[in-house]
Amino acid sequence: MTISRPLLFIVLLFLFLCAAIVLATGMGFLKIAPLEVIQILWAQLAGQEANGMDPTFPFVVMEVRLPRILTAALVGGGLAVAGAVFQAILLNPLADPYTLGISSGAAFGASLAIILTLFGITVPAWFSIPIFAFFGAMGTLIGVFSLAAPDNRLSSNTLILSGVIVAAILSAGIGFIKYLADEQVSIIIFWLMGSFVGRTWTDVLSTTAVVLPGLLFVLYFARDLNIMALGERTADTLGVETARVKKMLLLCASLITAICVSVSGIIGFVGLIIPHLLRMILGPDNRVLLPACFLGGGILLLGADTITRAWLPSEIPIGVLTSLIGGPFFCYIFRKKQLALSS
Amino acid sequence: MNIDPLLFQLSEVSFAYRNTKVLEGIDLQLDKGRFYGLIGANGSGKSTLIELLMGMHKTVTGDILYKNKLMESYSRQELATQLALVPQNFTMGFEYQVRDVVLMGRHPHIPRFSSPSTPDLQAVDEAMQTMDITHLQSRPVSALSGGELQRVVMARALAQETEVLILDEATSNLDIHHTIAIMQVMRKRVDKQGLTVIAAIHDLNLAAAFCDECLVLRDGQIFDHGPVEELFTSELLHAAFEVEATIQRQGDHGRPQIQFRYQ
Repeated sequence: MTISRPLLFIVLLFLFLCAAIVLATGMGFLKIAPLEVIQILWAQLAGQEANGMDPTFPFVVMEVRLPRILTAALVGGGLAVAGAVFQAILLNPLADPYTLGISSGAAFGASLAIILTLFGITVPAWFSIPIFAFFGAMGTLIGVFSLAAPDNRLSSNTLILSGVIVAAILSAGIGFIKYLADEQVSIIIFWLMGSFVGRTWTDVLSTTAVVLPGLLFVLYFARDLNIMALGERTADTLGVETARVKKMLLLCASLITAICVSVSGIIGFVGLIIPHLLRMILGPDNRVLLPACFLGGGILLLGADTITRAWLPSEIPIGVLTSLIGGPFFCYIFRKKQLALSS
Repeated sequence: MNIDPLLFQLSEVSFAYRNTKVLEGIDLQLDKGRFYGLIGANGSGKSTLIELLMGMHKTVTGDILYKNKLMESYSRQELATQLALVPQNFTMGFEYQVRDVVLMGRHPHIPRFSSPSTPDLQAVDEAMQTMDITHLQSRPVSALSGGELQRVVMARALAQETEVLILDEATSNLDIHHTIAIMQVMRKRVDKQGLTVIAAIHDLNLAAAFCDECLVLRDGQIFDHGPVEELFTSELLHAAFEVEATIQRQGDHGRPQIQFRYQ
């Protein structure tokens, strides 16, 4: 276990993410050179006006692009970390926030918030959607747990099975909401497919406030997660309070998932692909893997969002893009691995 | 100086899964520095007794004392520095390397956020050498055979450097060479370092050859126990396992050898 090589990799990922943020900010309908972007950012930090450039540039950078870009990076990082945690807990490299029904729960809650207006209840969307998504995710988590509860050791098979059942019920529920929604249905559908259009600094702040403490929290338990790969029984005998750590980390990862879904809709495959890819490169040690997932997920989703925003002639929902690219890519990895196992 | 040799004291212990009684009326004292064998037919409650000794379940009635303190009063972390388990089955979730898995045995000794110290790494190297797996150290555990994996698990438990080593049929996957090697390693540590071993063993001859004392379980109760030299008789084997066998002894107090009658 050499610590220097993974550390170097993480530093590289971090630098790459910073560069990607600057580059992506410059891309779009209005082209802004990377140096000018840095100038604007520097001026903002120093509290000065940036001189010698188009006066609309600072506005475009600070008010339009940067909030969206940072939200995309944070959501990508959050989803990847949540995926890595679910995988480590369920001992299933193919698990992610969806397997447990958490994402569906958050989406159900958020759809509910969107059609509230139908019943004459008006709550500001920026407030109601995250709150409802959060309660949807938590409700699902509680539902899944209580379904699996007789087995209070929380074995992964029981949990996944309960998650699949609950998710199936919830997606029927979302279908029903869409049916009810009538005129609102296009908003719900677009949102369910995932998008970062029109994200503001409020989204950046609310995502940061959950994702970063969440990352620190799971990092605190990273070594326990490693030990839990030995199985619950054995992990217990090595001094890990497996059942308790499991519950706390599931709660934390669900919270991260809920905030991500509430700001961006359902974006699949980030939580699956990034941990999987990085585990192939860095090995399974969660102390290295979790921070790397945060950075790697951020880079991936930022990249995907920049493609739909700046390259494609008209913007397609990012959830569709990640699934279209991520799905086949994942099949390829999976197939390759199966072949390697059988030979 | 008088050192209390008593490690485990079980009084009137019973245990049930849901409504199925598994163990009943277990009275037991286990002393430090002894090699105990746990024998009995399938389903007689050996694994459950082991789990109780590891503090993995609460008893339904009765108390288990470890070093004169209730089992429940220890934290998992405290227990992990005292008791190590070599389980019967072992699966690994991810592709950790052999060395990393053995190092996991040091987990209870390494404070959070610290790196393994030199004594930690020494214990790991030594355990790998003892179990003859040093040449496998950078292989992923998923690429090992059943017997190699069992030796890795054994090495992990040795690296844990506990006072008590509990084995749940840990040699069942091993060839005879490595089986004897492991039993010899444990026998030596019991004699030289005062290790206490509690091992569920299916192979009665193996138990007779290496253990000091055996506990015979039948239908969730302790059917008989005693030093191996006196314990093994044809009558006992008939009553506990329903097999016919003759016992041979080398000398008056030699270790018994069991010959089963197959037809």
